[in-house]
Formats: sequence, structure tokens, C-alpha cells
Amino acid sequence: MEYFCGIDIGASTAKLVIADEQGRIVGKAMQRSGVDYTQTAQTLLDQALGQAKIEQSQIAHTISTGYGRDNVPWADGKMTEIACHGRGAYFHFNQQITVIDIGAQDSKIIHLGDDGRRVGFKMNRKCAAGTGAFIEEIAHRLALDITELNALAEKSTKNEPLGSFCTVFAATEVLAKIRAGVDVADIVRGAFCSVVNRIVEMDRVEGLLVTTGGVVAHNPFLATLIGRAFGTEALMPPEPQYTGALGAALFATKQSQEGQ
Amino acid sequence: MAAEFKKIQSTGKMKGLMGKYFTELMGEEPTGRKMAWCTSVGPAELLRAMGFDVYFPENHGAMLGASRMATDLIPLANAHGFSPDICSYLTSDIGAYLKGVSPFQKLGLGVPPKADVLVYNTNQCRDVKDWFQFYAREWDVPCIGIETPRSIGAVDETIVQAIAKKTEALIEPLEAVCGQKFDIDKLREVVGLSKECTRLWKAVLQTAATVPTPLTFFDGTVQMGPAVVLRGTQGAVDYYEMLLAELQQRITDGVAAIEGEKHRIYWEGMPIWGKLRDLSTQFMELQTAVVASTYCNSWVYEDLDPADPFVGMARAYSELFICRSDDYKEKYMLEMIEKFSIDGVVYHDAKTCPNNSNNRYDLPKRLETKTGKPFVVINGDLNDMRLYSDEQSRTNIEAFVEQLAGA
Ligand code: SF4
Repeated sequence: MEYFCGIDIGASTAKLVIADEQGRIVGKAMQRSGVDYTQTAQTLLDQALGQAKIEQSQIAHTISTGYGRDNVPWADGKMTEIACHGRGAYFHFNQQITVIDIGAQDSKIIHLGDDGRRVGFKMNRKCAAGTGAFIEEIAHRLALDITELNALAEKSTKNEPLGSFCTVFAATEVLAKIRAGVDVADIVRGAFCSVVNRIVEMDRVEGLLVTTGGVVAHNPFLATLIGRAFGTEALMPPEPQYTGALGAALFATKQSQEGQ
Repeated sequence: MAAEFKKIQSTGKMKGLMGKYFTELMGEEPTGRKMAWCTSVGPAELLRAMGFDVYFPENHGAMLGASRMATDLIPLANAHGFSPDICSYLTSDIGAYLKGVSPFQKLGLGVPPKADVLVYNTNQCRDVKDWFQFYAREWDVPCIGIETPRSIGAVDETIVQAIAKKTEALIEPLEAVCGQKFDIDKLREVVGLSKECTRLWKAVLQTAATVPTPLTFFDGTVQMGPAVVLRGTQGAVDYYEMLLAELQQRITDGVAAIEGEKHRIYWEGMPIWGKLRDLSTQFMELQTAVVASTYCNSWVYEDLDPADPFVGMARAYSELFICRSDDYKEKYMLEMIEKFSIDGVVYHDAKTCPNNSNNRYDLPKRLETKTGKPFVVINGDLNDMRLYSDEQSRTNIEAFVEQLAGA
């Protein structure tokens, strides 16, 4: 039996999956990317190998992706996170989809046709608005742990909109709302809506809407709001934070079969 | 990666030609001529015919960008009162002036020459006029020019006649500066040389229609120097004859600029001067040739006419892509995509140059629908590298090429 590995070293978190020939995940691991990507990659590989109970020699092909894709010395090739998130999401839905991936540092909208080929994509501009970094900043301003946000936003019935594009200005708006005694839950929901607005203005949705990435994995209510904004249901693949790593493993399978 | 840039042999000759031009303008020997500053698509032929030395500050702007001096100089102009949102050629050039520095100093040439007159054409943007007026105030010299309308649909006779008259009206104030009488025969001669330069430069750019291309956009940004600053001179004509012969030989010998060329790209928008090296390396490694651009074609003026020089100049300088309507731009790009066998279009959205950023009014989507050729937008700037993200661009380009490859 041959296995295939995909590793996604993101701006904040690194994810690795080992898949079998059918694309079933047999081992996976995740940790903060840290400052030594090469070391992180090795640690994740060792963990996932242990979980899958296989040797590194049984891995036929590895593809790296994400910001740290050039820092995995044992990878056989690399692909962008745009390709990998698209591929990983398509695997679960098998039809025309628009993938919205919200990462720590950037957001992407990826269009795939019925046959799974990418027909277009967009990344957000070089700015934290509409990304995980924005949500982290707001949590910091509100002295909340990042894990508390989803429940708070869901509880809120009122949207306290943040008007500004800019993360720093939005943080100032948050301070003004705190001063005015606005309910924290409403502020958090406002911050979620601000992310949604940045996403909505990026591009249109064609086919099924699929959301991926760690930010929606931890904040499923954000995905719900995205769906509402686009007037459709926002679907999520299983374990959305591993979608990029799975896509990389699937590309590894394909490349290995094609003898690349 | 084993791939290497293929050096164009003629380049050495061009560097000599450009070096001689700059040394004449800025060297210690006085030329005895008056100094006119001219916008890059301004009435250079008229100034040359009237015996001026002609200096093009946009060329200096590009040098400030390419040498990566710009980003440190722009804030000085910002503090002076020029917004960081306006042309970063303007802000980096004025910043350099305020600080008394220039990339010319590295060539042993000092700072740019002081103008006796500044002559603009607003066909490209308003910024050039504002830029020139700053120096006119600094040095108390005249700033004159031509206000060409923008977003022109058809370049009709009304426009041509009006611009021709405006151009002729420059003669009197220019005579007052240079102290010489205007000579129409001299203008015919210069326009004739400029037209020949255009013919050759266009032929050079069109060699890139060959698959695989012998020339890339990145080569073009270097090779265009004489077409910008030496048009109307014999030196430019001689140079492009030589370059064209070299590129034709490459075609005959099957020499590709990009080894193993797999994809062909159209670059729409300004060069990102501070990142040309990185970008050309990335494209080369991806075996992707950027074969055509609007930018390098901005110095092609086919309607120049020695028999009717003012009307010819008026038409040529109003027909430019940059001052035309989106209908025209769409049609032009459709033809280019077809002619150069383009697989995809990269739009550079330059933050400080809306005039040369054509992704903002839905053109990419319209063209994609018509041609089936995908596009990607790179956010950046010509000179202000604070507006550019290496990582975002690298990933965007890599992902785009993956898409072209069917991933
Ligand atoms: S066209 Fe753009 S880059 Fe050129 S001078 Fe005008 S604003 Fe600056």
C-alpha cells in the first residue's frame, strides 16, 4: 500500500495529512507554524506517521503548500494553497463550487468548474481586513479568548456594524463602542459581519459555496453569516482546517500516478 | 533552478548610447543648448527640432524605482504636501530633488539638469503637469504644454485640429526661451526620424508574437530606453535596426527567451520597477513568458507624418492607449491577445497610477468572457514598494500559472 502526504504550512498553523490511494486520511497532525518551518514539518510528519502506523518510506510522494511551502526539504513538489484548497474541497463535493478560504493572513475565493478544474481565483488585498488576523485583533481589544468569539456572536441578536476597512480604525471603533456600553456579543457579531463584508466585495459565488480554513472551523457562525450574505448555504467539508493539506496529498497522489 | 536569463547582445550598445545621452545632458561640458524637460509622451520632436536638450523626468522616476531609492524618498514629497496616493514617479522625483540625490550620481553624473522650460502633455495624466509646475515654481521658469482630453473614443478631426493648434502655439514661447527661430524643415526631419524609430520599435515588440518568443516584457522595459528618450535621433534608429536584426536571428535559430516556454502572458499596466528582477526570475522559473504589454507599446506612434508634422503629432499623441476610452482599450487588447497567442492576462493595479491601471472598470471580466483567457490582478505600485507584498504577488502568479496548466 502506498501513501501520500500533503503539508500545508500556513501563516499561523501548519497542517499535515497522510492519505491512502483513495484519498482517505490515515494520519494527520497540526501545530502552530512557529519560526522554524522545516522543524515543524518534521514534527508533524513524525506524529502523523505514528498515528497511521507506517514508515516514512511508505510515503510515495509529498506536496507542500502554504506560506512555508518552500521550507519542506523532503517534499517532492509544491503547489499554492489556492490550488490545494480548491482540490481538497472539490474532493468532498464533486461539482461546481466556489471555495472561500479564510486564513490567518489572507482570504481567497477559488472557483472550480464541474470537472474540478480551477477557472478563477482571487486573494484579498494586502491587508488584514477580512482575515483571521482581524478577528484576533478584535478579540485582543475586547480582552476575550479567541475561542469565546463564536458563541458570543451567535448569541447576539443585533449587528453593531464596524464601518471601517482598516483593522486599526475598526479597533478604534470597538473602543468607542465599549465606551458607549454596547453589549460585547453585539460587538463581536459586528466584527464577524465586517469580515463577511470584506469577503462579499471580493468576488461572486458560482455553484455550491464551500468554506474552508481554521477560522471557520473555530467559528462556524462566521460561515453561516457568509452564507446568508451570499444568499445561499455555506457548506463545510469535514475538518475544514485540513482542506489545504488534503488537497496537497491529492495532488501528490495524482503526480505520483502520472510519474512526475 | 538551472534556467538563466538570455542576454540580448545589443544591450551593451544601448547602454553606451544612453550613457552618451545622459553625459551630454549632465556632464561637465556645457552643450550650449537650452534644457527642456518633456513628459514621456510629450512633444519631444518639436523640442529637438528647436535645438533644445531634452530631458524626460519619468525616466528618472523609473530609475528611482528600479534602484529602490524611491520608497525612502516618497515620504519627503509627502511631507512637502504631495499625497502618497498620487503618482509615485512624481513623489519619488520631488523627494529626490528635496534631498539632492539621484541614481545618476552612481554613474558619476550628479543630479538631474535644471530646466529652462518644462513642456507637458496631459494625454497620460494630470500628474505630469502638477509635477512640472512644482519645478517651474522652484526655478522660476515657464511651464507650458498641451491639454489633451482623456477617455477619447474616436480620435476625430476636431480633437486632432485642436491639439495640432495647441502644439503650434508652443512655438512662440519656446522661441523666447531658446532664442532661435522655428524651422519647419528641421521639424520634418526630426519627425521622420521619430517615425522610423517607431516603426523599428514596433517591429522589435512584434517579434514576441513568435512562439517561442525571442523577447519578453522584462527585456522590453530595458530596451525601450532609446524609444522614450532618444526618439527623433539617428542613434535610436540605428540601435533598433541592430536589435531587430538580433531578435530576427534568434527567431531563425529558434532561440527562446524563456527556455521551455509553456505559457504566454500579457502584462497590462505599469512595470513594478523595484521588483522587475524578482518577477522576471519567477516567470522564467515557471517557464512562462510575458510576451506583450500595453506599456512597452506606449511609445509606438504610427501616425507621425513628416509631411504634416503638427497634425501627425497631434494624432499620434492622442491615439495612445492611455488617453482612450474603455471601448477602445477592450478592442485593442482583444487584438493583442489574439496576435500574441496569449494564454492569460496579468493586470497590475498600481495604487498611485489609476491612469495606467486598467482593471478598475471591469475590463478584465469583460475580456475574459470574450476571449476565454483568464486573468489575475496584482496589487502593487510602480515605485512605492510599501504598497506591494512580495508574498501575495508570488502566490498569485504561481497560482495563476498552475491554473493555466490545468491544476
Ligand atoms: S501616467 Fe501614471 S505613472 Fe505616468 S506620470 Fe502619470 S500618474 Fe505617473
